[in-house]
Amino acid sequence: MGSGGGSYEKDLNLEATELRLGLPGTTSSTAATDQEPEARQARNNKRSLVDRCEEEASEDASRALQKDHDSAPSSKAQIVGWPPIRSYRKNSLQTKKAETETSSSGIYVKVSMDGAPYLRKIDLNVYKGYSNLLKALENMFKFTIGEYSEREGYKGSEFAPTYEDKDGDWMLMGDVPWEMFMTSCKKLRIMRGSEARGLGCAV
Amino acid sequence: MDPKKPRDSAESESARGAAQFPDEVLERVLSLLASHKDRSAVSLVSKAWYHAERWSRRRVFIGNCYSVTPEIVARRFPNIRSVTLKGKPRFSDFNLVPQNWGADIRSWLAVFADRYPFLEELRLKRMTVTDESLKFLALKFQNFRALSLLSCDGFSTNGLAAIATRCRNLTELDIQENGIDDISGDWLSCFPENFTSLEVLNFASLSSDVEFDALERLVSRCNSLKVLKVNRTITLDQLQRLLVRAPRLTELGTGSFLQELNAHQYSELERAFGGCKNLHTLSGLCEAMALYLPVLYPACANLTFLNLNDAALQHEELAKLLLHCPCLQRLWVLDTVGDDGLEAVALNCPWLEELRVFPANPFDEEVNHGVSESGFLAVSYGCRRLHYVLYFCRQMTNAAVATIVQNCPDFTHFRLCIMNPGQPDYVTNEPMDEAFGAVVKTCTKLQRLAVSGLLTDLTFEYIGRYAKNLETLSVAFAGSSDWAMQCVLGGCPKLRKLEIRDCPFGNAALLSGLEKYESMRSLWMSACKVTMNGCEVLARERPRLNVEVMKDEESSDGQQYKVYVYRTVAGPRRDAPPFVLTL
Repeated sequence: MGSGGGSYEKDLNLEATELRLGLPGTTSSTAATDQEPEARQARNNKRSLVDRCEEEASEDASRALQKDHDSAPSSKAQIVGWPPIRSYRKNSLQTKKAETETSSSGIYVKVSMDGAPYLRKIDLNVYKGYSNLLKALENMFKFTIGEYSEREGYKGSEFAPTYEDKDGDWMLMGDVPWEMFMTSCKKLRIMRGSEARGLGCAV
Repeated sequence: MDPKKPRDSAESESARGAAQFPDEVLERVLSLLASHKDRSAVSLVSKAWYHAERWSRRRVFIGNCYSVTPEIVARRFPNIRSVTLKGKPRFSDFNLVPQNWGADIRSWLAVFADRYPFLEELRLKRMTVTDESLKFLALKFQNFRALSLLSCDGFSTNGLAAIATRCRNLTELDIQENGIDDISGDWLSCFPENFTSLEVLNFASLSSDVEFDALERLVSRCNSLKVLKVNRTITLDQLQRLLVRAPRLTELGTGSFLQELNAHQYSELERAFGGCKNLHTLSGLCEAMALYLPVLYPACANLTFLNLNDAALQHEELAKLLLHCPCLQRLWVLDTVGDDGLEAVALNCPWLEELRVFPANPFDEEVNHGVSESGFLAVSYGCRRLHYVLYFCRQMTNAAVATIVQNCPDFTHFRLCIMNPGQPDYVTNEPMDEAFGAVVKTCTKLQRLAVSGLLTDLTFEYIGRYAKNLETLSVAFAGSSDWAMQCVLGGCPKLRKLEIRDCPFGNAALLSGLEKYESMRSLWMSACKVTMNGCEVLARERPRLNVEVMKDEESSDGQQYKVYVYRTVAGPRRDAPPFVLTL
């Protein structure tokens, strides 16, 4: 299992050993509907073998995670109507929770590295910020990125982490706040060599 | 007028009174009475006053739709223009009442179409409203102006389309937190192009996209629009376009506050908010990004009510925002702001009267999230005018509550929800009896109380003994024996609504209220120790009460019941579904 599925793997082990009581009718429908978009998103046209294995593992893991979030907090059976939150609010809270924590509408983006034979795919939701993500990328592709500075970009290496935003432009990672990056990032590319240096230099 | 006087002398006195005060004058005077409690009092004075009052009444409030029939209402009040109806028991908000339980508006509308063809306003809470009913409403009432649906179910956006299409004089469309079928946002486009009377539009809780151009045109041409609460699909730049067309708004609910804005858009939005000089209520701010909250600042100078239920703010963002809200009286937040956020509230909101703190993750067991007793304490030191609180937390102490009510003795509504059922004082490990004892002893004006945590009968002894103004009491997972409920029923003279779940109260407790229930609106008991036998006795002894029993599917031994008891002049209801047994 690749690094993209790393944290899922840890969680999967925990959930597998836990006893859980789900009352009939407790939001199993939301579990069902949430799974559909996730499945749709995961099935891509062009995918490598490694990608597919990883994705299936992630899906299984996130489905397990999802069941956990929908049915009950760890060991307690969820009491009907408790805490006393209006059903309307509960539904919007649960969909929010499902969306952010189990990435059923997960932000899966392709990652390409100049010179690498195949692409990878990661879920941006898993990462807490730029340094977290960059470390993961460094591990995934076995390279070092260098120090970020607003003025000079990523100094000290021949690589530059970039992303394609909603407008189709290639942007250097790290300039905008993390949340904004997550919503606007369409794909990642680790540029290498002179092209990379071009992006990093102040104009 | 001395109420103890024998009846005919009272009548002759009123006859003399009537000679001095012709009916028309009396009616005119009484028509100025707004409060329905005052009107009820007036109607008891004498026959003449009773009739003057009933002819002059324009608004009727019915707290339990099954306590009376529409025919009886129409017979007594011939000139009603505005009806407010509440249906299901409150615990239906928490899924404790099965579907198709009742409270359908249909039979009411049928009578109203005949007897109140000039009906203008309908405000419904926890009623079932179908699309057919909405279409009927739109068709039959030419003068219809205001529709408010809160926590209702049974309709879809198609029903709203019927209202928008046909109600030419509509001033208010307020759709809140309903279990509705949100098919599409096309209903908004159904308002005719020459329709301009809208003053209140709230569709914040709907999720479908609306046609933005139609909304923009609608807002442009409705010059009296005062309240606009849009849903999440409305983006920030769309909001800006709406705001410049409606600068006179007094209440605004924004859509999504999560959008990338360039510098130009940001300043345009800031300018638009700056133009809203009359805003006193602000809500929405869905998924607000801290980055954009400052655009609000120019509009917050006169804000009295800030509803941050949909914006999971951290304490720093809240603190910065509150700096710009000097007049805040009511604040609703998520517990993501933490105790630090509540300290900021204490520092910046000296005029605060109402605070509601909702849990962002109610089903999360971790104690480290959310708010604790220290946040509540901080607010009590800083906000001495606090009288309404709804507080969801994961830990509390008796000492904290005692201090809180010492700081703020004027509580009228004290609703504390310690989210883990039966949890004791986390410092002393004792029951939370003394906390609620302090509340009822100190807060003499207390009207509404919700208790939680580990509670013995002592809590209820205190309540019965001290809570002389208590009208509504909510109890869950509390008490040790029947004695608790007996104390409450024997003690609180003004009790109107009592709702109990998962408590060890049985038939003795239920029947101790025999003398009481007719002076109350309703009693709800579920997952308690009441048996069918006890309910049958109650029904037999008190024919003017409806005693409705439902089998509780969630109960482990299949013997538990959900009991709903209410006074009524309508007799047993004729629309009860098969799972509701009226004894």
